[in-house]
Amino acid sequence: MDQRAPASSQNKTSASGSALELRGLTKRFDRPVVDRLDLSIKRGEFYALLGPNGAGKTTTLRMVAGLLKPDAGSISVLGIDALRDPVAAKQIIAWVSDEPMLYEKLTPMEYLEFVGGLWGVDPARSEKSARALLASLGMEPHLHDRCEGFSKGMRQKVTLAGALLHDPQLIILDEPLTGLDAVSARHVKNLLRERVALGRTVIMTTHILEVAERMADRIGVIASGRLVAEGTLDELRQQIGEGDGSLEDLFVALVGGDMVAA
Amino acid sequence: MNSSAALAWFARHEFRLMRREWLAMMTAGRRARLVGVVAGFVFVAVIMHLLAYAVVGRIGDIDTAPAKTTLILVTASIVLAWALVLSQAIESVTRVFYTRADLDLVMSSPFAMSTVVSVRMSSVAVTMIALALVMVLPFVDVLAIGGGPRWFVAYGVTVAGGLSATAMALFVTVALFRIFGPRRTRFVAQIVSAVVGAGFVISLQIGAVLSYGTMSRYALLLSDSAASNLPGPDSALWWPARAMLGDGAALFALLAAGLVLLGVAMMVCAPVFGGNVVSVSGTAAVSGRANDEPFRLCTPRQALRRKELLLLRRDPWLLSQTLMQFLYLGPPALMMWRTFGNGSGTAMLLAPVIVMAAGQLAGGVAWLSISGEDAPDLIATTPLLPSHVIRAKIEVVLMVIGVTLVPLLVPMAVASPSAALAAGLGAAIAAVTATSIQLWFRAQARRSQFRRRHNSSRIATFAEAFSSIGWAAAVALVFVAPIVAAVTAVMAMLVLALTWAISPRRT
Repeated sequence: MDQRAPASSQNKTSASGSALELRGLTKRFDRPVVDRLDLSIKRGEFYALLGPNGAGKTTTLRMVAGLLKPDAGSISVLGIDALRDPVAAKQIIAWVSDEPMLYEKLTPMEYLEFVGGLWGVDPARSEKSARALLASLGMEPHLHDRCEGFSKGMRQKVTLAGALLHDPQLIILDEPLTGLDAVSARHVKNLLRERVALGRTVIMTTHILEVAERMADRIGVIASGRLVAEGTLDELRQQIGEGDGSLEDLFVALVGGDMVAA
Repeated sequence: MNSSAALAWFARHEFRLMRREWLAMMTAGRRARLVGVVAGFVFVAVIMHLLAYAVVGRIGDIDTAPAKTTLILVTASIVLAWALVLSQAIESVTRVFYTRADLDLVMSSPFAMSTVVSVRMSSVAVTMIALALVMVLPFVDVLAIGGGPRWFVAYGVTVAGGLSATAMALFVTVALFRIFGPRRTRFVAQIVSAVVGAGFVISLQIGAVLSYGTMSRYALLLSDSAASNLPGPDSALWWPARAMLGDGAALFALLAAGLVLLGVAMMVCAPVFGGNVVSVSGTAAVSGRANDEPFRLCTPRQALRRKELLLLRRDPWLLSQTLMQFLYLGPPALMMWRTFGNGSGTAMLLAPVIVMAAGQLAGGVAWLSISGEDAPDLIATTPLLPSHVIRAKIEVVLMVIGVTLVPLLVPMAVASPSAALAAGLGAAIAAVTATSIQLWFRAQARRSQFRRRHNSSRIATFAEAFSSIGWAAAVALVFVAPIVAAVTAVMAMLVLALTWAISPRRT
């Protein structure tokens, strides 16, 4: 029995215009971490989700990726109700966290073969993509080295290659550039740009505001679990009334109070 | 800070960490459990004292100038306990190198490496002595009640044993580093530790099986050949036994020897250990192997199974941790081989051992497969139903148990089909039971935390042990007292039902 997304669910994805729709998304731990969040991200968009520590960014993305169950609200991924049909949603999502989790005793190629098997990618296509992805991330000399000897940056690259192997429609990245050197970060950014050019959607959290400023089509700023501002850089400037302010200026103006409180 | 003040300061730091770690281990990080832990200790202490009374309750007034057979038996008991402590000490000393924890911080500080190593080794010695004292405490108490306070000198013998075992562990570990290098030492040390721990009992049993056709270790110790071949009562060989029986001079000599041995071991090994610690930190750069095999077509469940089996195969240290209990199957297997073809009695003797081992092995492998997941986010974001993931992992556990037990069950079936059937059924039930318990109490952890898996739930640990013992007992009794066997099986099922009832609810 095929345990993956049914074909009908896949077809539904093409009918929808937005890649991700969150409505009234709520998650409480000892306090509301995500508080009735509404968010809409278009297909083929590079969206940067910013916010101070503890704002609810990671919790939001973990709920979208199916790692956390929301207390209330809805999540729609390319027209698929991710809460009702998580398997179908996961088939077209990729998740990369800031803490690369790998199997120490596997090589990058073995790891990617395993990931390809989980997503049911054709082995020949999976192998070709694995080699191409790892090469584009500068990992070619280490294809058959076990991951136990890798630096954090190398692990992050292998994780990213694994996440992109099944050619996901929605790529969710939580601080993907943490621990990467400048050259590696450039590799990752190029790879993400290529995906967006191919019509895939990227949603990324980052504390490196320069990256968001340069790469994102739209930026959302979240504080205390709620979206406090959203738009292109110019739109954010207009909202705040800072004519030529940098993203850092806008960010501080938007969430400075929250950061002091945190 | 001068060197002795630095040593004292660092020792205080170490012992504070030890105390907190021990408390965390006992209470699983919840202080509220402390009362329960204390009550548990009292309960275990009472049971242990009752057991000790059953074993040594009538020999407290033994003669202080004992017969040679008494000296042999006492010495054998001391060697057995010492071997167990040495086994633990080898593991603890090796762990110092491989559990990095704060070692990077300490190594980058201006502390002399020899100071760090000396303090860490002292803490190992203290731990080992404490462990040995806990082991002998009920026996010494019972002996003292029956034979007077002279038996309290046994605590001194225990301290001397802890000191000498730690010293020996230091020498052994340094030698292993020299011979096998930093990459293999942890694995080899674990085997050495298990062989040392079990080796004494097993070799006594093997000797008894080969010489007298019985598995009783006493057969060899009480034999005429042992009495005639071993030296006379005045030999230094019997000093530990004499000290144990109240000889003050022998005790003093043992304590002095233990202290000197540990001192020498620290002086010799501390500088070498500094280099070893550094070399272990350099083993992170693991070279790979050339492998250009094409990717294989598989279903997601096959991919999961392959991954689990590959990880087990690649990490012999983890696998050997669970397989070590099979060492104890050696003597019964030897006995079976020796009596092969002349009756099914031995096969029936082996059946409960196999069931017990299957339960324990399944518990360990199930933890590795179900809870010990190094990439939980990856697995949780795959387009698979959680039930399919769990099913694939359970399949791996049962495959490992099957592959391990079939080579034992096949010859057994030739000797005694009914015993093999009972062993096979019992092993399957024990494995499924242990796996179910691990499933109900699963708590995400890294595979490298295998040694600490019992911390996550004491209930799961005890339930796993009780049900394995229950099924093994049921199989042992099935041919001699079927009704009692049925009652035992029902009790094992009740333990399982109770465990399920109190397991955390999952949504």
